[in-house]
Amino acid sequence: MHCDARPANLGAYLDGELSLEQIAVVQKHLEDCPRCATEIAELVRLKQSLRPARGRFTPTAEFRRKVQSQVAVRKPRRWSLRLIPAIAAIAAMLFVAIAWIAYSRRTDDLAEIVDLHINALASTNLVDVVSTDRHTVKPWFTGKIPFTFDLPEFAGTGYTLLGGRLVYFHQRPGAQLIVALRQHKISVLIFQDSPDMTQAFAGPARVSRRNYFGIESWQSQELRFVVISDADPAAIETLSQSFQRANQ
Amino acid sequence: MDPEFFEMAALPLFDQLYNLAHWLTGDRSDAEDLVQETYAKALKGFESFEEGTNLRAWMYRILRNTFLTSRTGLSAQNTTQLDEDIEGGELVADCVTPEFVLLQMESTQAVMDALESLPLTYREIILLCEMEELSYREISQVLAVPMGTVMSRLSRARHLLRNELTAKAARRSNDAL
Repeated sequence: MHCDARPANLGAYLDGELSLEQIAVVQKHLEDCPRCATEIAELVRLKQSLRPARGRFTPTAEFRRKVQSQVAVRKPRRWSLRLIPAIAAIAAMLFVAIAWIAYSRRTDDLAEIVDLHINALASTNLVDVVSTDRHTVKPWFTGKIPFTFDLPEFAGTGYTLLGGRLVYFHQRPGAQLIVALRQHKISVLIFQDSPDMTQAFAGPARVSRRNYFGIESWQSQELRFVVISDADPAAIETLSQSFQRANQ
Repeated sequence: MDPEFFEMAALPLFDQLYNLAHWLTGDRSDAEDLVQETYAKALKGFESFEEGTNLRAWMYRILRNTFLTSRTGLSAQNTTQLDEDIEGGELVADCVTPEFVLLQMESTQAVMDALESLPLTYREIILLCEMEELSYREISQVLAVPMGTVMSRLSRARHLLRNELTAKAARRSNDAL
């Protein structure tokens, strides 16, 4: 068989540039033609011998830095731009964290107030000073708490003063008055107002509900009043208003 | 496309581009100038680069065209112009290469020297195919020639390279005598 194989085809065969059909033709020919078989063996050797050309010349570190800074020429400005989302994310996380801490502290404080009320109701002695007379209850607190307050007149209101007890909230002493309305017991807690107290009871002075207890809180003359009961909100509201009038 | 993407995609080609530039220019400082200019041009023209097309072939093409218009590139072209004319003629695999040429191929230095002495047209196509391992399609993009020309020129380049090695080996054996 006359050898008309083109060397270009042999090269393309080695370079992986032939189609499957062309590959089959070349392979068939290589079986029959010793000359081309030798030729392709040489081409393979040549190909292999050229491999060291790949990493022959390597750039200097200095030149590498030069090109890197050339390509990255607009980087400094972009860096600050790239930081914006990160800063925003951190700010958002901080905000959520602070809000959560504030919320949980507020929740904890409200829970503590509810506990004071429940403790009093569960106690074998509901009050430390037993008296329906406001002129007996109020002097009892003198010397026990660092402030004074006024009690409204309960006669004819449906509310009955049962007495008072000394309580602590945030390590500070305060007065807890127990008032009855029919079967319901109502606690009126009075403390010296402080920033964390304001924080705990922030918001408009209206009845909010927590665990079936209605709570109303307001601040008057540096005193913090908290009224809590399972009575209906209107009853809490009415009692709150009488205390507000007495302490204006 | 934005410069940040360019940086990410084009910087990894730095070593290969430098190697190719050094092979083409044969000189360190010329190679550095060539690479720097290539990156400058690529950065400037990056908006015209179509995403998804071959960045490597695109960068090589810029490098090659920049080289061809440089001083060393122009003088190299003048010496190879004549060979282009006979490119069309197919070469038939001729005589079996003598054993001493095969031995010559074992010597890295001899092969590198032979490659360096090849005319630019053939040197660059060997470099793109064997060193950079570009496909024929990519080579045709870099050199802006049809696929058929890539194939025939590469074949001729290999033939010339072997001739050069043969001549070198012949010279050496004559010297030895």
